[in-house]
Amino acid sequence: MIHLLALRELRSLFTMPSTWFILAALQFIFAWFFLNSLQAFLDIQPQLAQLANAPGVTTIIGAPLFNMVALLLMMLVPMFTMRLIAEERRNQTLSLLLSSPLSIRQIILGKFFGLMIFLSVMVASIPLMIYSLAVGTHLDSGLLLSNLLGLLLLIASYVALGLYISTLTTQPIIAAIGALAVLVGLWLADIAATAENSPWHLISPLHHFQSFSTGLLDSGDAVFFLLFTSVFLLLAMKRLSNNRIYG
Amino acid sequence: MTYNTPEITLTARNLTRRFGNREIIRDVSLELKRGEVLGLLGHNGAGKTTTMQMLTGCLSPNSGSIEICGIDLARQPTLAKAHLGYLPETPPLYRELTVDDYLNFAARLRGMKSVDVFAALARTKQRCGLEAVSKKIIGTLSKGYQQRVGIAQAIIHQPDVIVLDEPTVGLDPAQIREVRTLIRELGNTHSVILSTHVLGEVESICDRVEILNRGSLVYSGTTAELDKLNGVTGQLEENFIRLTEAQP
Repeated sequence: MIHLLALRELRSLFTMPSTWFILAALQFIFAWFFLNSLQAFLDIQPQLAQLANAPGVTTIIGAPLFNMVALLLMMLVPMFTMRLIAEERRNQTLSLLLSSPLSIRQIILGKFFGLMIFLSVMVASIPLMIYSLAVGTHLDSGLLLSNLLGLLLLIASYVALGLYISTLTTQPIIAAIGALAVLVGLWLADIAATAENSPWHLISPLHHFQSFSTGLLDSGDAVFFLLFTSVFLLLAMKRLSNNRIYG
Repeated sequence: MTYNTPEITLTARNLTRRFGNREIIRDVSLELKRGEVLGLLGHNGAGKTTTMQMLTGCLSPNSGSIEICGIDLARQPTLAKAHLGYLPETPPLYRELTVDDYLNFAARLRGMKSVDVFAALARTKQRCGLEAVSKKIIGTLSKGYQQRVGIAQAIIHQPDVIVLDEPTVGLDPAQIREVRTLIRELGNTHSVILSTHVLGEVESICDRVEILNRGSLVYSGTTAELDKLNGVTGQLEENFIRLTEAQP
């Protein structure tokens, strides 16, 4: 049942021209950024060659690329999550799901995984771009994998938050603005807090992404993402089942 | 499967529903038998849609219980809902999908196996007159066709109980006649409960009528009984108006 809902979500996404447009535009931005950092790397390569312990190509091109994508997705994921429940509610299709033999958990997880698959496909081009460098140089695949894992966990937390906010309203646009406000708010609070042990760092997903970005697999950060994601998924389930109580 | 299905397909006991302090539905009890079409009548705002939302599990009642084919809707919602087909007031359509894709999704959602879906899809499209538009995007269809797709998703899995909220709204006279014939046909093998405020519809398709007025049931009986409540036949409309106005 979960895969059925996820597939429906994907099918609806891919029938919309705007999805293809966003996909194309994003790939262009990714590629452009990648080529720019590649150029920058080639420019400073002579100087790097003189250093004893110079950073490799993965550190100089890969990590910033992943960081840029993480920031970009923070703005973009709300545009995708807004529709998830709010639009079902507005188009009255929610009653089809609620009157079908499905549990609330299946509905929420179906939506979550549907969008996760879509976003994973969207960012799949990034490791491919970096791997194209393997033709001419040696890559740090550990760093690459840690970045990729961190990015997927980060996306999961964005989607869960956006999904929850989408269950709160009937208007997709309000869901988008709400999710964007929370995500940007968390990010701004994180970069504005100068103290090393500020609590703002603890609750900001982007901050927890940083250790993955440097190739550090910190179980604490992984647990943060899993907790963040499951808390918002649970809240979304709670809110959707309250739908039956409050109408 | 039919031989061991109970005769009574839907029971609702003492349903009460409040929104805030307002009591929208007060102590409504219903019973529906297999092979029966029940018309739920009432003015706008009498609580027809709310009742149907409760019967289909979209809204939980403040008190009272609902059983579908002997399964309690509150305790075993997924089992009970497998016997249910529901067309809400606005058809629940994914406008960006094609008719085929959408009906396929609806059938699978109700737990049909993919091997059975193909035949069910063909049968339902034929029944609802959707063969010509099966490859079209739902959003591009006219209101009448969209309503038919809405009916199709409610019956594709051959549910025991079919709940239709104002099924003929927005259809032209020829389509209304087709849909009525279809409902009558469905009523022979399934149980159908439909809401309407068109009395002619009740007369032509319903076996039994329940009249709701301001959240309470004020009348329950066969259509023929309502027709000659005062001893004179052909008084359906007068009787309906009298019943709904008599209440304070």
